[in-house]
Amino acid sequence: MPQHETGATPPTPAQEVRDFLWRRSEQIAQRWADEPLFRAVFTVSREEAVEAGKAVVDALAQVADSQRVEDPDAAGFTGVREQLARMGAARSRAGLSATQVSSELAALLPPVENLLVADLEQEEPERLREASTALSVLLGTLRLVAMQTALSEIQALTDRQRLQLLEVATPVIKLWDGIVAVPLIGTLDSARSQVVMETLLNAVVDQHARFAILDITGVPTVDSLVAQHLMKTVAAARLMGAECVVSGIRPAIAQTIVHLGLDLGTVKTRAGLADALAYCLHELGTNIVAAAPGGAGRR
Amino acid sequence: MHTGAGVEARLPIRSDMDLVWVRQHVRQAAAKLGFSLVDQTKLVTAASELARNTLVHGGGGRMEASHVTTGGTDGLRLAFSDSGPGIPDLDRALSDGYTSGGGLGMGLGGARRLVHDFAVETAPGAGTTVRVTSWVSRPPRLRGDV
Repeated sequence: MPQHETGATPPTPAQEVRDFLWRRSEQIAQRWADEPLFRAVFTVSREEAVEAGKAVVDALAQVADSQRVEDPDAAGFTGVREQLARMGAARSRAGLSATQVSSELAALLPPVENLLVADLEQEEPERLREASTALSVLLGTLRLVAMQTALSEIQALTDRQRLQLLEVATPVIKLWDGIVAVPLIGTLDSARSQVVMETLLNAVVDQHARFAILDITGVPTVDSLVAQHLMKTVAAARLMGAECVVSGIRPAIAQTIVHLGLDLGTVKTRAGLADALAYCLHELGTNIVAAAPGGAGRR
Repeated sequence: MHTGAGVEARLPIRSDMDLVWVRQHVRQAAAKLGFSLVDQTKLVTAASELARNTLVHGGGGRMEASHVTTGGTDGLRLAFSDSGPGIPDLDRALSDGYTSGGGLGMGLGGARRLVHDFAVETAPGAGTTVRVTSWVSRPPRLRGDV
């Protein structure tokens, strides 16, 4: 049966595995189609699962052909990465943990190994052992590729969400002619405070603002770095002719700032946003008064 | 008295994202142990300063949080350790306004004022470990015993 019996050099274990995978592609795919990993993902028809299984077997044979059974970056895997990611994602959505997905991937080995043993029964035990080792290494690499792909998807998602947060969290609101406010929410790390500063300075220009209110009600922790970012923003706005008021300083934050030893003496602060607005309106010479009883309108 | 569940932890400090994690853990642990809002905020702020030092000056490290008790009072102990270059002149590093990293220079000294107990172990080239402890309500002390 093996075509190299007459050849001068015996095939390497990887070549042995490659020939085996080519020969048995159909049977392996049939067996895999019954495994939960394939069955649960390709629910439309069994043929679909078998096709997907064949694609994976082909990829494995390609990798074995390139003699790189241990290399997750082997070119052969490129074609099935997307499919593996889709399968992994589908299983995660079904509520499986990474460990469970990993063990489902591991469950792909025994059916293939049984076939290999049956095929090479007539060969020397040494050759069978070597081929079987190469096969398990190859499937181990497949598992690694699948987990890598899943992880990089998660990483990409996290990165996207971080970018979204940067955008979402910094609206500049015009409160009055010449007064803008930025409600700061969440953690003010260097990247975010950079965005805050840029949006605020642009708003100062666009709205011809004379006052900018930075409200930190939604900032859970004000440490020295956050304070430094605030002071830099205030200084930059001042250079552009706008006065900054920091509002939303809660009692716990105020005490912490004092103990920390931060000197915010150069920054105008107010307890609440309303106080800050009242201060700005007063400075602009605008007075809001309660309507007189009886009103001016009715006589 | 409180069990250590949800308080004991060992968190890596390798990136800005880890700082968020450290702050959140300290806040939750302090709330669980019954710290007042002001004391929670102080401890979280101190943890934020020290964790950032570990990251920026120590090149990364970890924080270990543990639950301690003395005379029936619960406390939270945080140990920040790195294997960075160490602090050559500790007195200067603790003085306000001194900075080696472009910050305000309030981190280490400020953190000391925000907690009840504060200890630094450091040697040039041997890394730095900062241990801080705060108590839910400060243990009573005798007059003159500072």
